[in-house]
Amino acid sequence: MLKEALVNKLDYDELSNCMRCGFCQPACPTFRETGYEAASPRGRIALMKAVADGVMEPDKDFVDQMNLCLGCRACEPVCPAGVPYGQLIEQTREAIEEVQEHPWWVKAVRKLAFFHLFPHQKRMYQLGGLLRFYQRSGVQKAIRKLGVLSILPKQMREMEAIMPEASGKGIVDFFGGTIIPAVGERKYRVGMFHGCIMDVLFNETNRNTVQLLSEAGCEVIIAPDQVCCGALHAHSGEREQARNLARKNVAAFHKADVDIIVSNAGGCGAMLQEYDHLLAEDAEWQEKAQWFASRVKDISEVLALRVEPKAWQSLPQRITYQSSCHLRNGMKVTKEPVNLLQAIPGATYVQLREGDRCCGSAGIYNLVQPEMAGSLLDEKMGHVAATQADILVTSNPGCLLQMKAGIHRAGLEGKMEAVHIVDLLARVSSKQ
Amino acid sequence: MLLESIREELRAIVGEKNCLDKQEALVAYSYDATPMQQALPDVVVLPKSTAEVQQVMRVAARHHIPIVTRGAGSNLCGGTIPVGGGIVLVLGRMNQILEIDEQNLTITVQPGVRTVDIHQAVEALGLFYPPDPGSMVISTIGGNIALNSGGLRGLKYGTTKDYVLGLEAVLPNGEVIRTGGKLMKDVAGYDLTKLLVGSEGTLAIITEAILKLIPKPQTQRVMLAMFADMAQAARSVSDIIANRIIPGTLEFLDQGTIRVVEDFKQIGLPTDVAAILLIGQDGEPQTVDRDMEQIAAICQKNDAVQIKVATTAEEADEVMTARRSALAALSRMRPTTILEDATVPRAAIAPMVAAIQEITDRYGLQICTFGHAGDGNLHPTCMTDARNTEEIERVEHAFEEIFTAAIDLGGTITGEHGVGIVKAPYLEWKVGAAGMEVMKGIKHAFDPHNLLNPDKMFAKQSRNRVVVQRA
Repeated sequence: MLKEALVNKLDYDELSNCMRCGFCQPACPTFRETGYEAASPRGRIALMKAVADGVMEPDKDFVDQMNLCLGCRACEPVCPAGVPYGQLIEQTREAIEEVQEHPWWVKAVRKLAFFHLFPHQKRMYQLGGLLRFYQRSGVQKAIRKLGVLSILPKQMREMEAIMPEASGKGIVDFFGGTIIPAVGERKYRVGMFHGCIMDVLFNETNRNTVQLLSEAGCEVIIAPDQVCCGALHAHSGEREQARNLARKNVAAFHKADVDIIVSNAGGCGAMLQEYDHLLAEDAEWQEKAQWFASRVKDISEVLALRVEPKAWQSLPQRITYQSSCHLRNGMKVTKEPVNLLQAIPGATYVQLREGDRCCGSAGIYNLVQPEMAGSLLDEKMGHVAATQADILVTSNPGCLLQMKAGIHRAGLEGKMEAVHIVDLLARVSSKQ
Repeated sequence: MLLESIREELRAIVGEKNCLDKQEALVAYSYDATPMQQALPDVVVLPKSTAEVQQVMRVAARHHIPIVTRGAGSNLCGGTIPVGGGIVLVLGRMNQILEIDEQNLTITVQPGVRTVDIHQAVEALGLFYPPDPGSMVISTIGGNIALNSGGLRGLKYGTTKDYVLGLEAVLPNGEVIRTGGKLMKDVAGYDLTKLLVGSEGTLAIITEAILKLIPKPQTQRVMLAMFADMAQAARSVSDIIANRIIPGTLEFLDQGTIRVVEDFKQIGLPTDVAAILLIGQDGEPQTVDRDMEQIAAICQKNDAVQIKVATTAEEADEVMTARRSALAALSRMRPTTILEDATVPRAAIAPMVAAIQEITDRYGLQICTFGHAGDGNLHPTCMTDARNTEEIERVEHAFEEIFTAAIDLGGTITGEHGVGIVKAPYLEWKVGAAGMEVMKGIKHAFDPHNLLNPDKMFAKQSRNRVVVQRA
């Protein structure tokens, strides 16, 4: 059954385009960790092709191996043949999801999260409000004191420990409207993609994003009716639901008639930028999806064009940067964040060794593959500690949480803080 | 199929985790970087030490099971395809640099160390290990030694064979031999070190190597020279050498390659020239500057349309990266990429390139050529589609003619990729019937039961040489 699903979903031409040179392997975190050919992009593509060619049955090992992939796509920029590995792994996961029978509780959680929660922004805010109540009312303190949390797996406990304060309101509520005018002359009309989790757990980052854009001469439209980008869905094999979400977002921003669509989360941005591929076979939406995808930019790209670092306040601290995999490998944005950080007056920028390697967060990977994620994170924190930085900057909420967890785990709390690049820039550019 | 009792013996040696016979593992070790070659082994074994290799070898010998030794699987001759099944022996876990000896200028390594890691380790100490095969970011030193890998620095610095001073290897009977040593001179008996280098895993399993290091050149500079005509480029190469300059690198790209590389990397290569020479020199700053000036003058004299000397390290790096991505970039054009390495004396480069062009046109194929102009090692690269059997047949015939043309010009069928499966039918063309007999004798002396990498090097049947009819 899985075999048929794979044969149907997999792009055989792209499988054939892999020439097995192996150049992807040094870039692959799971290969480096294991040294095992099957745990590399070349290996996984060979397994997919072997299934498509009828050389092997897609057994449990096959499924496990596909799930072990972080989806960080570090293999793509180094692939000479330009094989879109990210698409192949998503096609594989979609096929697996289609036939896989989860235990009842996994089914329930997936259904709740992917269909009843992430796609409905109002429910996200309601959940955010509950979480906020938990955090502020003293319940969290009481629960921590009681030691009830010790029944949770380690990685869940770590996440609970570093969970930022949630918000029950989104940025539209905060700004009291969906249009925020540009400060000074209007250069661009920018659509702000606020994300689902971002707007609840990192509401302040979203507010700062709008503020920075406005100060940089952008009229900001927080397109109403926008929804979750669908990245978590696509990575988990729910591509059809991702397509539903994509159509809603395309419609929302098309209606807003913006020049640029800005994302402040690499994971979301890369997904948004691929809406044209996602909807390629949808005749009705194809053209609009291209319109949409060609307008998506990361916040750092827009700011790099528009800001005047000379006016920034001095920040005499050591800064290092862990890039978001999907910002780097998906959106191909590498220079802008670093240029911005290097431009901060008084700050010392230290390059993070292997800052281009996945931190192990990878969407919900750290929850479903705790062992591999943990070992990647420990390695990462070794390099982070070596920078002796005061501030560890990232550009995606998942990475930020993982870095916070890493700092907690490595006992660096109080010595180092993990900050979203937008929040750091807001700090140095604030007018007070 | 292997008996369960044999699997049990193997598991007892390397542990459950390192003896794999699940489907996934068999598929993952069924291929290397050679197009259109795949065969499943019966079991994949990943030893951690020479002692474990010996024990595995003894089990294989006792039960007459073939062993195919493998590093990163980046070779292009089908050298690590387990054609007859058996054991694939992956040496990736034996990946320690054992010693860097700054007194004797040697490095001692296990076979699974990546080539690039050797470079980084020794260069950090101001030392230099020159061989730099195109796959060096993934290839292992064991694979480099087994295939006597070349690279961009072959002209000035030689190839892997020139840097292997000593080896430890497990013989097919399970015994260990140590050859050579930290010695620049050693004439005690046959030179088994050199014999094992390039033996493609058919004679013994290399488990440790002592490599020669040299001081790292102080500076490096690179330049590009572009020509409207291939003959001018070839003449420049001959003139540079005739002027007693041996460049560190002397690479060439033909027009087809230039276009694809530029499309891939966007480094501003002009796409309307017939050939580009990429010339690098390293050494003392003064000598390098003087050589670069002279080389530029020679290219100028041979009517180069443009000469560009890289001024910064970044520029130089970009230029070199572009050359290193040539094969890869070509592979974007069609699903299947077949890279050959016909090699001729360097003075015969121009006629060889012309012959390749003529053959390509006659067979109606897409073949671009790049390679190491300095040492005559060319990479005619065919972009095709393995699914199109009619076209693949034409490709085979075209390459047969290219091999013949190379041999006729005093060259060889393979300069640096090795024989493996894919060149085995043509080996006799190069070495002759008597040569084949000697080689088979050597194989028999080491491996009388044909356990190590069987089906490689010696084909069941040699191809008849094609009679070339040129108009």
